[in-house]
Amino acid sequence: MKSSRRIPRVLIAKIGLDGHNRGAQVVAYGLRDAGMEVIYTGIRQAAAGVAKTAVEEDVDVIGISSMVGAHLAVMKRLKKELEALNAADIPVMMGGIIPEEDYDALRELGADAIFPPGSEVKGIVQYIRGVTDGLMDSGSSGNLVRQQD
Amino acid sequence: MIPMTRVEWEQQLASDYNRRGRRKTDYYSDSKIGLADLYDEESLKSSGFDAQRDLGFPGTFPYTRGIYPSMYRSDFWIMGQYSGFGNPEATNERFKFLLSQGQTALALALDLPTQLGLESDQELADGEVGKAGVAINSLQDMEAIFAGIPLDKVRQVFTTANAIGPIMLALFLALGEKQGVDPSRFTIVLQNDILKEYVARGTYIFPPTPSLKFTADAVEYCTRHLPHFKPLVICGSHMRQGGASAVQEVAFTLANAQAYIDEAVGRGLDVDDFAPSLECQLSVPMNLFEEVAKYRAFRRMWARLLKDRYGAKNPESMKCFIRVYTTGYTMTAQQPLNNIVRVAIEALAAILGGAQSLSANAMDEVLSIPTREAAQVALMTQHILANETGIADVVDPLGGSYYIESMTNAIEASALELMQQIADKGGAQKAIEAGFYQEIIRRNAGEYQKEIEKGERVIVGLNRFVDDKHKMKIESFKADEGVQERIIQKLRALKAGRDKEKVRGCLCALEQDARLGKNTVAALIDCARAYATIGEMCQVLGNVWGTYKEGAAWL
Repeated sequence: MKSSRRIPRVLIAKIGLDGHNRGAQVVAYGLRDAGMEVIYTGIRQAAAGVAKTAVEEDVDVIGISSMVGAHLAVMKRLKKELEALNAADIPVMMGGIIPEEDYDALRELGADAIFPPGSEVKGIVQYIRGVTDGLMDSGSSGNLVRQQD
Repeated sequence: MIPMTRVEWEQQLASDYNRRGRRKTDYYSDSKIGLADLYDEESLKSSGFDAQRDLGFPGTFPYTRGIYPSMYRSDFWIMGQYSGFGNPEATNERFKFLLSQGQTALALALDLPTQLGLESDQELADGEVGKAGVAINSLQDMEAIFAGIPLDKVRQVFTTANAIGPIMLALFLALGEKQGVDPSRFTIVLQNDILKEYVARGTYIFPPTPSLKFTADAVEYCTRHLPHFKPLVICGSHMRQGGASAVQEVAFTLANAQAYIDEAVGRGLDVDDFAPSLECQLSVPMNLFEEVAKYRAFRRMWARLLKDRYGAKNPESMKCFIRVYTTGYTMTAQQPLNNIVRVAIEALAAILGGAQSLSANAMDEVLSIPTREAAQVALMTQHILANETGIADVVDPLGGSYYIESMTNAIEASALELMQQIADKGGAQKAIEAGFYQEIIRRNAGEYQKEIEKGERVIVGLNRFVDDKHKMKIESFKADEGVQERIIQKLRALKAGRDKEKVRGCLCALEQDARLGKNTVAALIDCARAYATIGEMCQVLGNVWGTYKEGAAWL
C-alpha cells in the first residue's frame, strides 16, 4: 500500500468486450474532479494490459466497470494477471450491473469493494481515500459492498 | 364580463407564488430548455410557429403529426421486444414464447463476441459468450435460432449487427434459402449504424472510413436487390443512453444520417431509391413532454433535410420511420418494481410522439438480462397502452398543444444549431474522430450524476423516498454458465465437418473484393452459405482494412 502518497492514483478500466462507458467515465471524471489522479483505459481492454498499466503507473486502486454480466470472468482474469506481476495487493473495486447473488463470488475472487447501480461517486471517493489513508485493511475486508447510503 | 388579459393573469400568478411559494426558482427540461409558467397562443406565436408550414396534416409534409394519415387507428405500432441470449436453442424457445404472446416482430440481440467478429472460443470472448445476446458463429446457429419459425411468419426481424451489419444480412439471406423462403416474403432490419459505435456503443471493429464504406455496402446491395429490406437504422438512442440530451440526440442522429446519405449518394444511388428504407432509432427517457416534442421535431427535421438538402422528390424519403427503445439509465436497482412504472411512462411518451416501433425494457434490465416474467410484463405494458387507454384512438392527440408545439420548435432550433457546429467541424465522421460528440456526452453524464448526488434531481427510491428496511426483491435471470462450453463444442464440430476448400475459396474471394473496393455483400453471402464463421469473415476484412482501438489516457 502506498499510503504515504497524498494524492490517490486510480486506474479506471473496462475489461472485455463491453462498450458501455457511461458509468466508467462518470466515475473516472468524478474522481478526477475530487482531486485524484486518474487513468482511464478506454473500452475493450485485455486484463493483462490493465494489470501492466496498474503496476507501471503505480496506482493505489483499480476500478473495473462491467455492464454485461461478464464481471466474474473479468475479475478472475484480472486477478490472475495481477498475481503474475506480484501485484495482487492492489485493491480492485468493481462497479456496474452486478447482481447481489454474485457479491460473495466476486469477493472470493478478490474484489475489494462492489459498487452496484445507483452508487454515488462520493461513496467511491470515500472508499479510495480510506484505502490510501491506510485506514482500511484492503486485503482482508469482506464487507465493502456499498449500497446507497 | 371582460375576459382576463395575460398581464392580469400574471399578476394573479405572482401573488399565488407569493402565497404558496414555488418548488424551484427556475424550471428546465432535461435538455436545459427553460420552461415558462404557461404556454399559450402568444408563446406559440413568439416561437415563430406557423401551423401550415410546421404542422400540416398527419401523413403529409413535414410529418410533424406523424408519418401516416391514420396512425394507430389502422394498426398499432410494432411491438418488438429485444431478446436473445445464451445459445441459439434458448433464444429459439424465447422467440416462440414471445410470438405466442402476441409479439409482432422479432428483435435479435447478439452477444458481444458475435457483434465484434470473434469466434466463441477466442480468449477475448471468454465470459461473454451468450451473455448480452445470443452467440452466432455461422449459418448453423441461424438455422437453430429460427427452427420452426419460418422467416415469412414474422412481420420483420431486427438485429443489432453494426460492425458486422452486412455479414448478418448475408446470413439472413442464406437462412432464407435454407428455409425455402424467398427474401421478397420477409423483411430484415439491420441496425448497421457504425458511426455511433465510436461514440457510445463501442462495438466497432475496423477504422471509421472502411467501416462507413462497409455499412454502405449493405445499403447499396439492398437498394439494388431487396428494396423492402431496411439496411440501416440510424441511432440516437445509444448516445442518449450514454448521456446526450434530447436536443443532442436529435442533432447527432441527423448529422450521422447525413454522413450515410452522402456516402450512398456518392456511390451513384438516387436518394429516392434508398432513403425510404432508412429508419431511425431514438431513446425515450422520463421527461414526457420533451420526449413527445422530440419525436415531432425529429420527423420534421428529417423531412426538411431530405427535401431541402438532398432534393428528395418521393414523399417516402421524407417520412422517418422511428423505432423507440425505453431507457436503461432511468431505471433503478433500488426498488426495481418501480421500473415497471417508468417503462410504462416512457412507452406512453413514445406512442404520444408517434413512434412506429417500440421496445419496452423489462424492469430487471438494470440487474441482468430479463427473466421470462419480466419480459412478459414489458410486452403486456405495451398491450395495455394499446388496448386499454384509448391513446391510440385519435391521430396525434397532443398536436396543437401550446406547450408541445413550443417545445417542438425549441428542440428543432437548438438541434439545428448543434448540427451547424458539427458541419463546421467537417461533418459527423470528422467531429466524432475529434471526440466532439463524446466530450459533450461525457460532460452531460457527469452533470446528471452530480444533480442526483446533490439531490437537485430526484430519483425515487434512489435519492428520495429510500426504504432500507423493506427490500424489494425480484428474481434475476440465471445465466446458463455451461452455455459457452456447449457453443464452443458446436463450433468445433462445425469446423471439422465443413467443406474446408470451399470455405477457403469463399474467404479468398471476399478478401479479393475488399481489396478491390468492390461491394462485399455478394461475397459475404457465398461465405455464409459455405458455413464460414463471422469471425473468419471479419478476420479477412481486418487484414485488408485494419482494426480500431481506443487507448488509455491520463485524465
